[in-house]
Amino acid sequence: MNIIINGQPIELPQTQSLIQVVENFGAVKPFALAVNGQFIPKSQHLVYELNEGDAIDILSPVQGG
Amino acid sequence: MKNNTGTWSIYGTELESRLLIGSALYPSPATMQDSIEASKAEIVTVSLRRQSPEQAGGQAFWQQIQALGKHILPNTAGCHSVQEAVTLAQMSREIFDTNWIKLELVGDEYNLQPDPIDLLKATEILLNDGFQVLPYCTDDLVICRHLVELGCQVLMPWGAPIGTGKGLLNPYALSAIRNRFPEISLVVDAGIGLPSHATQALELGYDAVLLNSAIAQAQDPVMMASAFKCAIEAGRQGYLAGRMPEKDTANPSTPTLGMPFWHQTG
Repeated sequence: MNIIINGQPIELPQTQSLIQVVENFGAVKPFALAVNGQFIPKSQHLVYELNEGDAIDILSPVQGG
Repeated sequence: MKNNTGTWSIYGTELESRLLIGSALYPSPATMQDSIEASKAEIVTVSLRRQSPEQAGGQAFWQQIQALGKHILPNTAGCHSVQEAVTLAQMSREIFDTNWIKLELVGDEYNLQPDPIDLLKATEILLNDGFQVLPYCTDDLVICRHLVELGCQVLMPWGAPIGTGKGLLNPYALSAIRNRFPEISLVVDAGIGLPSHATQALELGYDAVLLNSAIAQAQDPVMMASAFKCAIEAGRQGYLAGRMPEKDTANPSTPTLGMPFWHQTG
């Protein structure tokens, strides 16, 4: 399955949960997740099923004004 | 929200400092930390961006901010649509554990002006979702009225386009907003470049100012942070003290009665 993480195309060998994909990608806490521009709360990370072509955003705190 | 104790509030949170400070653009993390401390600000603005694995997900920055023990105000900087802003706000709420959101929606790339129409749409969605919205808006009285009618208890009109340091370009408009909404907490957000600009905002009766570049990009950010702290205190006291009446004609301050060397003519 082909997905996109933070704008980067990724090929997955098999279906995985959202949190598995994100952790395998190397994401470091703290982070918040969105799929296809929609916020996915922590409570859904384990059960959310990804589909072909999904775009995941992994966001973390940065400096802001 | 004016009161006699010298404090003001954001959605019920009482605050003493009238400076909201940004965490970006400092020459180093240590300078950021020292500047925030010197400013005595109680609120620090932060943002969210795609995680960069080579920066360990920004962990160091976040730990540094947490160690300051300040209120965190996440922003939606850079968002160009209602959906983007709403999603970023929801992600911010989870990660920063706060209902506060500094709602920013870019309406035009030329001056990064807030989009007044989309700002109203996003504000309504977020307020209905339990957020406490601090909208970054223009100094348009009618937009501000709509924001208040939606339920905003704080308004953050711009002083000038963000990052320009030009100061308060339209004091009349800002003053009108102050006079029109005496019970709303008002913060001048963006465009401030000098401590005197902050003083002017407070003299107009604004409750606070939000700034970043003016401190972070000063030659000595830590000293500038301290300067802003003093300037804001001066502006607030000046407002509370009540200014002298402005006049169009000169009036000597030194008594004219008993003036020596004066010879009556005629």
